[in-house]
Formats: sequence, structure tokens, C-alpha cells
Amino acid sequence: MKNNLNKMTLCDVSDLLISGEITSSELCSLYLSRTKKMEPKIQAFLKVDEDEILRQASASDKRRGEGKPLSRFDGIPISLKDVINAKGEQCTCGSKILETYNSVYDATVTERLRNKGLVLFGRNNMDEFAMGSSCENSAYFSTKNPWDISRVPGGSSGGSAAAVSAGEVPASLGSDTGGSVRQPAAFCGVVGLKPTYGRVSRYGLVAYASSLDQIGPITRDVKDSAVLLDIISGCDPKDSTTLPDSKISFEEIVNASGDDLSGLRIGLPKEYFEVDGLDKDIKFSVDKTIEKLKSLGAKMVDVSLPHTKYAIAAYYVIATAEASANLARFDGVRYGKRTEGYNDLNELYSRSRGEGFGEEVKRRILLGTFVLSSGYYDAYYLKAQKVRTLVKNDFDEAFKKCDIIFSPVTPTPAFEIGGITDPVQMYLADIYTISVNLAGNCAISVPADILKESNLPVGVQFLGPAFGEDKILKVAKVFEENRDIKEFIPEVKYV
Amino acid sequence: MSNKYDTVIGLEVHVQLKTDSKMFCSCKNKYGAEPNTLVCPVCMGYPGAMPVPNRKAIEKTIIAGMMCSCKIPNFSKFDRKSYFYPDMAKNYQISQYDLPFCEHGKMHIYGNGFSGNKLDEKDIGITRIHLEEDAAKSTHFSNYSGIDYNKGGIPLMEIVSEPDITTADEAYAYLTALKQVIQYGNIGDCDMEKGQLRCDVNISLKPCGRKEFGTKIELKNLNSFRAVHRAIDYEIIRQAEILDEGGSMNQETRGWNDDKGITYLMRTKESAHDYRYFPEPDLLPVIFADEDISELRKNVPELPEAKKARFVEAHALTHFDAQVLTSEKTIADFFDAGVVLTKTPKLLANWIISELLRELSDANIGIADSKITPKSLAEMIELINKKIISGKIAKTVFSEMFKTGKAPADIVKEKGLVQVTDESVIEEFVDKAIAENPSQVEEYKGGKKAVLQYFVGQVMKLSRGKANPQAVIKLIKEKLD
Amino acid sequence: MTKNKTMETPVIDVGYVAKLAKLELDPLSMDKFQKDMESIVEYVNLLGELDLKGIEPTAHPFVSSNAWREDVAKESFSRDVMLSNAPDILDDELIRVPQVISGEEDI
Repeated sequence: MKNNLNKMTLCDVSDLLISGEITSSELCSLYLSRTKKMEPKIQAFLKVDEDEILRQASASDKRRGEGKPLSRFDGIPISLKDVINAKGEQCTCGSKILETYNSVYDATVTERLRNKGLVLFGRNNMDEFAMGSSCENSAYFSTKNPWDISRVPGGSSGGSAAAVSAGEVPASLGSDTGGSVRQPAAFCGVVGLKPTYGRVSRYGLVAYASSLDQIGPITRDVKDSAVLLDIISGCDPKDSTTLPDSKISFEEIVNASGDDLSGLRIGLPKEYFEVDGLDKDIKFSVDKTIEKLKSLGAKMVDVSLPHTKYAIAAYYVIATAEASANLARFDGVRYGKRTEGYNDLNELYSRSRGEGFGEEVKRRILLGTFVLSSGYYDAYYLKAQKVRTLVKNDFDEAFKKCDIIFSPVTPTPAFEIGGITDPVQMYLADIYTISVNLAGNCAISVPADILKESNLPVGVQFLGPAFGEDKILKVAKVFEENRDIKEFIPEVKYV
Repeated sequence: MSNKYDTVIGLEVHVQLKTDSKMFCSCKNKYGAEPNTLVCPVCMGYPGAMPVPNRKAIEKTIIAGMMCSCKIPNFSKFDRKSYFYPDMAKNYQISQYDLPFCEHGKMHIYGNGFSGNKLDEKDIGITRIHLEEDAAKSTHFSNYSGIDYNKGGIPLMEIVSEPDITTADEAYAYLTALKQVIQYGNIGDCDMEKGQLRCDVNISLKPCGRKEFGTKIELKNLNSFRAVHRAIDYEIIRQAEILDEGGSMNQETRGWNDDKGITYLMRTKESAHDYRYFPEPDLLPVIFADEDISELRKNVPELPEAKKARFVEAHALTHFDAQVLTSEKTIADFFDAGVVLTKTPKLLANWIISELLRELSDANIGIADSKITPKSLAEMIELINKKIISGKIAKTVFSEMFKTGKAPADIVKEKGLVQVTDESVIEEFVDKAIAENPSQVEEYKGGKKAVLQYFVGQVMKLSRGKANPQAVIKLIKEKLD
Repeated sequence: MTKNKTMETPVIDVGYVAKLAKLELDPLSMDKFQKDMESIVEYVNLLGELDLKGIEPTAHPFVSSNAWREDVAKESFSRDVMLSNAPDILDDELIRVPQVISGEEDI
């Protein structure tokens, strides 16, 4: 069991707990000791509170002992990106400005996990305030990619993806605003799902870009993704932007997905495959995947998403504008770090924020403030919201010709830590993931291949229409069952 | 006062809505609680918290708009208004920018102004009414301030008038009319001492007849309608003097010092504040179909003017009486409740106007806190009508009712105040009074009819005030004439 | 898709924007921020290429409206909890900040 821990899914572990082969306390102890071993190399966690974890595990064992488990998953550990509130725990958002902040309430997703008895296992590292694609923007330290610790795990949910990939936890919840669940999942060889906007409540998720953010599961396989989606999704009176409850169980969809993809029309957006900078190895893996999908009976359809090249620009205007307002509350007044030396209110604000925020966050706040400022609203923000309409329409049109869209997740595999320093260059790598957030649709990133020379994983993306999680989960599951590489287990060196 | 200049005044009134909970969270909307006890992650701007709008607050805003003859658009939304300030927990306020709930309304003013001069009867335009969240409360100490977030997040309606107001009297009348409408609609209590109604004045002068407005000066820190009146009068003189000397006005904000009776410079407005408005992404737009708006219109209560007219017509009250009774909805409601229980509306009106309102004022309480209810007052009036007590005795009963809240019939019984109407009993008293006062009998018979009052007084004394005065007079006249 | 002339890069004053955003920037890094801003804005000027006449902006991904709650007051959080994160408290009941002038917004 100990040796297989890094291969176990939520469902696997659930079976063991139900059969009585292991208790939650034993299970969590195993994960804790594995985490202790991995962390010096991986640094996926900002905090692991051993006592609290074992306390929750013990409570779970008691419930199970009395025959009253809260669910099949009672007692299973799951980690949270340090941007999701859990009462009594830290919520630094990877930033110094919230170093001292202690959550006073549970996010709705946290509550839903607790209601099913899951054990909250640690706080994952992330790019500061979810702004970044590499986890290098964390104010604390950079998380390493378990496949190659000289490389980034991706971001902003880099800690979550690395933790699951390295077998420190079976699953994690991250957040995705422009690809921040899907991209690190691809870099780390795990599954990452971005639900339809409004599917999962954002109450308790520290906001980056309110009209783009969604919490998404990061798991070892597609079924776990569906299982978690069932648990965390649903209408929430505390979040006005949530959708009505899904009438279907996503786990059941995955269970009934069948063996092949006959009848499925898969759209291949020509703009995606024309991208300058699409690594040839990635292209090769992606082409291989297309062949595999065809062999499973899917029909490839050429589609066009003509406004692809404008999506990144639109995203960075909208996201930074919303972020500039969302992050205004971090001012050292009511919580978080207040600067030591201030003579007046203006200095209190400016210095607390100046000292507390990192460079990338400052950059985005400045950009967001600028695009909303007097005289520029029409030229930037309003324009970007119109381009957003065009991006959304592109998808709506494409989905008339196909059921789901297929694409790479990233133009390159995981890059070296420190490898990209130009902010714009970093932004351009979001090309495959960002449009989905603008449109509000759903998408899932699934590991497809491992590059021979670098031994780095390559992910592929299935994009669905709004409310189309059933479609993308189904195709992801069938692909996962039939892909050539069965397991994606990094060999973390020096363990 | 100079006649060389036209005064142009616009008023911005903020009204706290009377709801149970705050605008975007379920914390209680209550004045006077212990600091920071009515707070939660939402109204304290904690990370990850999200707003959810209060439906009743939206409805009350729309009803307010309807009562001011506003147009209610089908599509409305909330926007973020960014500025950094400790009383604004998120450092942005959720407000409405370009698509407010109500637009293009008006408020009618007429009658006499606060100064006593007659007002020009006219409509003051209302540009818009929008809904937003109130700021927290800061208390000032020597060189620091303390923030209490209880007030933060309370639903706040902002009513912006057109610059149609030209005098302090008009401003006062507009505010009075507005307050009346808001109270009538049960939209807000408008208690300025509790911060439930605040008013800022925008005022400028221009040479008579010129179309272009002069430089706008903003007046703040006006804590009563009277202060608004005084500040406007002061400011008109101050600005006129500057203009007379050939000077010009800079755009600035001035505070009103009520003790000294002057405005003082608070800050100059070199540039407009850049609020960086954009649509609130956490809130969905508000869409009302025409049918929805018609449904809401059914909830608009009878307006003060209509109520006044009804009182005059249906109950034959004088305009003055109707005016006093409808000055506040609570008084009008009191009257409405009582008038169905009595045959004499006029008498009820008199008692309310002359006695009840006076007693309430002396005791410094509102009619809502009165121990006398419409039912009990109506009962008392019926006792008078049935001649069980005289009008004079009623005063004693009334006093007791006001103090104790007891039913009039009980008080009459306890104190033995039943009027004596039995003429044979009264006759005995009359006979006694006549017998005991021979010289006054002489005076009366001698032509001094005024002495009648003396005999009435004597009979009342003998009967301990209980004799029916009309019967007393009748019998005395019978005996002496 | 017709192409318009790309938008001109506006004059960006990072110092002014930082003031609006209440961000104290290290004077040594002002230059870098200025350059970064200019380069990012130049990139987003790409949006100017598109003809957006007649296109409605999207503020929310899905057309929906009227999400609200009933006016019911619920129990608030306790004061101790809500002030537990405050860096500076006065009399155990207020949050302390440097002097705030009544009605004064521009600081």
C-alpha cells in the first residue's frame, strides 16, 4: 500500500476504507510520511498541519466505527490551493500580505468537502493571488515539477498539481482563471478540470477575476474528477453567479461512458495548430492522440476559432481590471499585514500594499487600474468585453459542427525554473486555455504522452460547450482507458 | 440679498432603507448596536466574500421612484465605484453608475416656505434614484480614528435632484416633501440624527439671465433641514459678495459649521475623482418586464396629496386639519384606524390635532409609541357623543389614557367620572346653588346674564364636575328666567 | 474581419497609476514597471484591429438576471472573530487607523 500510494485514486482509497483494510488515521499517516519525504524536493505545500489532519482522520474513523460515515469518501485526504478559505486555517494566496490572515469561515466548496467527511490535508503553494503560470510568483518559494525538479509545475495551481502528481495527496482543488488548473495538470501529468462558469460556487474563493474564476479538481484520473465535481458543484445562494444544480451525476456519466467514441464529432480549430511556438514534440504527441481518437471511432471536423489571437489581449484587460478592484481590499486595515512605518492613511495603504504584493501582482494591478481609468475605459475594457463576445460566438458557432473541441493544453512542455522572464512571453503561453474562461465554457486537461528525451508529460485538452461537462468527461474517460501510456507516475529523484 | 444673480441649487439626498437585513449580506440593519457586532465577511470585505442583493431593498427603491413619478427602466445593473477609504471595506462601493433603478421623476412643492414667505408652486425634477451600500462609521479621536462596520453595507438610496431649486425655502420644501414620500412609502424612517437621511447641496450663482451655470460649490455636513436652509442663505450671500467684487469661484467642497453659522473650506476639487466604474461582475443584472413593473406599482401606497383630499371629501375636514393629519403617515394611519370606529370624524381630528400631538411633543415621543390607540381614542369620543362624559371630563380621561394606556371606559368607571344627566338630580344641585347664592340671583334677575356662568360653576362644584353642562344651563335658565 | 489601424500606445504615467492603486513602488523599479506596462499595453492594443461595431459587450458569460435574496436578518459573526485578524484594535471594539476626516475621500 505504502509503495502504491502515489498511484491511488480517490475511488481506490475509498474502497480500502469501506472494506476496512485501512483506517483514515492510518491512511493519512501514510500520506503524511510520504509528504514529509517529498516536500524537501517538491515544496508543493505552504502548510501541512499534522495534528489537525490526524484529528480529522480520527473523527472520521469514529464515524465509520459507529456505522455513520458521511459518504464513501469519509476520511480521504484532499488538499486545497491556498486561495480557498477553510475556517481556522491560513489563506495566504501565496502572498506576504496575507501571511498573518486566519480564515474565519469556510468556502462553500470547503463546506461541501467537510459534509462528505473528507480530510482537509494542507494548503498548496500557488502563484501569488493566482497570477502566474509557473508557481514562480509565490512570495514564499517555487514549487518544483515532480517529473523534473529543475522545472516548473505550472501555475497558478502549481502546488496542487505537484502534490497530486507526487502522490502526496490523491486529489486537490485548484482554481482556473485562464488555465490555472489545466496547464499545471498538463505539466505534471495529472487530470485538471475547469467546470462551466457558475457550476461551482466561488463563495470563499479569494477572487482574482470574478467573471473568469472557477474552482476545479486536480486528480489522478478522469473518474475522480467527476466524483469531485459531483461533490463541489451546485447552486449556492451565497454566490449570485452560480447555476442551477445539475440534474445528472457526473460520476454516473463517466461510469456509463462506454468503450469507444463512435458518433463523436471532434472539432480541430485550425488556428490552434497554426500557433507560432507550438513545440514540435507537443505537436507530435497531439497528432498521435488525434490518431488514437480516430481509432476509437471519433470523427475529426475542421473548425475555426477566428478570434483566437485576440483572446489573450482581451483576457489580460478584463482579468487585470477585475483584479485591480478585487485586490483593493488588501490594505492592512482589517486583516493581513499592515506596514510598520506610516504617518497617515495614504502611507498605511501604499506601504502595506507596496511591501505586501509581489512584482507580478503589482504589474497586473497597475494594468487593471490603467485600463479602467478615466479616458481609457472604452478603448480597453469595453473593447475587451466586446472581443469576449466574439470569442464566445466563435465557440458557439464551432459547436454547431462538432460535439467537443480538441486541442493542446500548452505550446511547450514544462519549462525550466527561471526560463521565462518576459511577462508578455509568459502570457502568450496561455493561448490554448484562456479562451475557455472568456467564453465561460468547460474544459478538461488529460495526460496523453511522455516525451522520450526529457521524460516530461504532455497533456491534451477536451473543450466542451457551456454545461457540457458530461461530453468532455465521457471522451476524456474513453481516451484515458485506451491511451497507449497507462500510468503517469513521476520518479521523484533522491527520495 | 442681491438681485443680480440667479441661484442654481441641486440636492443629493442619501436615504437609508428600512429593511431587516443589509444590502448585500444578511447582517441586521439596525442602529445603535454595540460596535462591530453586526458584521460578517461580506460587509467587512474579507477575502473570498461575495455580495447577494436584498430583494426588498430593490423593491423599495423602485416604489420610491414610482412615488416620485420616475420612469422605471426594464434593465438595471450594479457597478463598482473604486476609492480607498477605511469606511469602505472593499475599497470599492457597490453602487449604480449608468443604469440606475429610477430616472426622470419630480417632486411637487407649494405652500409656505420655512422662512414664512409663500413658495412659487413648482415641480423640482429628480434626475435619478439609485441603490448602493452605505459606508462604515468612523469615530474621531486625537490623532487616530476608530471604524465600526455595523453601518457598512446598509442599503442606501441616492436621490439626485435636477438643479431646479433656487432658494433655501425651495430646498427645505423639497426635502420635507421627499421625507414625507419616503415615510409614506415605508421606505425609510429618515431620522437625520441617526444618519438615516443625509443631504449634500450643490450651489452656484450666475448673472441673471445667463444660461451657463456658474462654478458649483458642494456643501456638506448639514445635519438638519434647518441647517440646509441656513447654509444656503449664507452661501448665496457669500458667493454674491465674491462675485460683486469681481472675484471668481473655484470648485470646492465646503462644510457647514452650525454653531458659527458659516461655511468653511474642506477641500478644493482640482480634478474629479477617478472612480473607475465598471459593471459589478459578482452580481447579475436586474431585469423587470413591464408586467413586473405594473405588479410593483400595486404596492405604491396612497400619496400624501391624495390622502389629504380624501380626508377633506370623505370626512368633511378642513384643509388645515387634513394637512396636519397627513403631515406624517403614522398620524394619518392613526386617524384612518380611528375614524371607522366613530361617528364624528371632526371630533376625532380635533382631539388628535389639539391634544394628542401636543402631549406627544411634550413627552418627546412619536405617535407609534403612544399609549393611546386609535381604538381607545375613538371609544373616548363615543363616550362624549353618548354624553356619558363631558368634553371637560374627557380631558381628565384623556390625560389618564395617555399616561397609563387604560381603556377610557375603565378610567371613567374607576374614577367615577360618569356624567350626571339625570335632570332630577341636577335639579337638586341647581336648587341648592340658587338657594345658597341669593345676591347672584338678584344680579341675574337684574340683567347681568353673565352671572349664569357663576351658577354653572357652583353646580359643577356641587356635582363634583359630573353634571352635564348643557342640562345645567338649561335648568338654571328655566329656574331663573 | 476588417482590420483597423492598431491603436496608438497612450502615454502611461506609472507613477500616477500607482497612486490611484495605492501602491508604493520602489523608485529603482519604477523604470521597469513603466517599461513593462508599455510593452503589455502595446500588446493589448491588438484589440484595436477589430471592427467591433454593433457587438454587445459580455459582462457575464451567460445571460441571466435577478439573482437576489429575501430580506431576512441572520445572526452575524461574533465581534471577537471578525476583529481577530485586525492589526490594530481600539478598546476591543473598533478598528484603529490614522485619522480619517469626515466625508473626506481624497487621501
